[in-house]
Amino acid sequence: MTTVTGSAPAPLLRRILLQGQYEAMTMLRNGEQLILAIVLPLLAMVGLTVTPLLDGLGDSRINVAVPGILALCAMSTAFTGQGISTGFDRRYGVLRFLSTTPLGRTGLIAGKIIAVLAVLFLQVLIVSGIALTLGWRPDPAGWLPGTGLLILGAAAFTALGLLVAGTVRPEATLAITNLLWILLGALGGIVIPAPRLPGPAQDAVHFLPSGALGQGLRDAFLHGAVDGAAVLILLLWLVVAGAAAIRWFKWN
Amino acid sequence: MVSDVSLVAGRGEVTALLGANGAGKTTTIECAQGLQKRSGGSISLLGEDPGNAGAELRSRVGVMLQDGGLPPSARPLPLLRHIAGMYRNPRPLDELVQRLGIDAFSRTTVRRLSGGQKQRLALAAALIGNPEVLFLDEPSAGLDPQSRQLVFGLISELRNSGMGIILTTHLMDDAQRLADYVYIIDAGRNVAEGTVAQLLQHTPDMTRKDHIRTLHFEALPGLDFTGVLPAEVEIRETRAGSYSATGVLTPEDLAALTAWWAAHGVMPGSMSMEARSLEDVFLDISGREAR
Repeated sequence: MTTVTGSAPAPLLRRILLQGQYEAMTMLRNGEQLILAIVLPLLAMVGLTVTPLLDGLGDSRINVAVPGILALCAMSTAFTGQGISTGFDRRYGVLRFLSTTPLGRTGLIAGKIIAVLAVLFLQVLIVSGIALTLGWRPDPAGWLPGTGLLILGAAAFTALGLLVAGTVRPEATLAITNLLWILLGALGGIVIPAPRLPGPAQDAVHFLPSGALGQGLRDAFLHGAVDGAAVLILLLWLVVAGAAAIRWFKWN
Repeated sequence: MVSDVSLVAGRGEVTALLGANGAGKTTTIECAQGLQKRSGGSISLLGEDPGNAGAELRSRVGVMLQDGGLPPSARPLPLLRHIAGMYRNPRPLDELVQRLGIDAFSRTTVRRLSGGQKQRLALAAALIGNPEVLFLDEPSAGLDPQSRQLVFGLISELRNSGMGIILTTHLMDDAQRLADYVYIIDAGRNVAEGTVAQLLQHTPDMTRKDHIRTLHFEALPGLDFTGVLPAEVEIRETRAGSYSATGVLTPEDLAALTAWWAAHGVMPGSMSMEARSLEDVFLDISGREAR
């Protein structure tokens, strides 16, 4: 075989971007993930605009619904999607193999974050494109805080997804992240605001990442406001889940 | 648990860690690869501690894991291209793919590949970065005879080009065919080491001057060799017409046997002699009980 001399790693940024692109393409090629990431959020959006559930919480049903749907997109991709794929990659030794290449563990995690953000960007593009044609009129001042919150929320949910994926069997990860997606989606204050939830849930959901992200995005896109409490709670989840994942994540 | 393993592997050599399942081979090389944290001892990989290997060191080391470590939904060519992107000057992909016969299944997802195809792909993934050191954990697992020939030929060639290769195996035959130097690992310790030839000379009973050989021959069934050979040499008919004589055989023993044949007008259909196999050495050292 050809003798190639000198082995050297590609530059760090290139390695991370390559991994991000590869993981994003893998996520987009996975039918189940696409259903979770795009189809179900769109169905929820339609559902909330044709039922009177959100009446009285804003000037139109769709204006109240869409911010929550964007939050749901972040939870789909960062928590459930990334959790499941990382869980199975761990089972098949993919994480261990990639950590022996120049990519390394840090590059692997950075690549995952880029993949989540890239897929989330596409989700936001599709969901808000369709929502705008259906009559969504967000407060223009909401885009900046809204984008920041989405990124923060995605980071917190990624940390939670990796924590689950790195500590239990992949089958359990599959069950836990899907179940939590349904529970938090329905009752976690993410698409259905706290005032429309059953009594005991109303106060509790503000402390959940789902409730904080949903409410923060509604404050941003409905009123152009920054919800400081939501930012704080998401930051807290990010730090705690991130530290727990670093502490307890098992690579094999 | 690995407690007392000490070994050196050099460039241009195949170093084999031989041991039963659970002996500590994988743990040992995973510590050397930096995949497992060790609680004590020291390891030097290309002059650095693999425990905190950076990208520079990782680019000089290729790893083939026992379970492959390939994503089931990936297809071989895009996967190899992706891994090649992690290196500044990777090996030419086409050549590697052709050499390992990956072109025959380059569009099949990993989950649908046979064991041998997965192993060849994992080897390609370990080689794509053009490493100086190559770790292979059970490289012949799942290989059919053709793949085995292919993989072994490539390993020898890489060794001759100066690559340092460290492999684990529980198959004596692998070690005998591939290894320049063998460490026998048992219960987390290395219990013997040497070139294959040196290990074959190893006799646990030090009073024996020479080592054990086995002579196989085929002749008429039902021959009685009582008294022809010394009592220490065991001669038996393993199946009708197939005989084997095992022991410390001397030239006099052979002369006695052939004289007996001449006296009785027996002409063997075939005959061959083998020294102790590495398997015998291994079993002598690490015990014959299955565990």
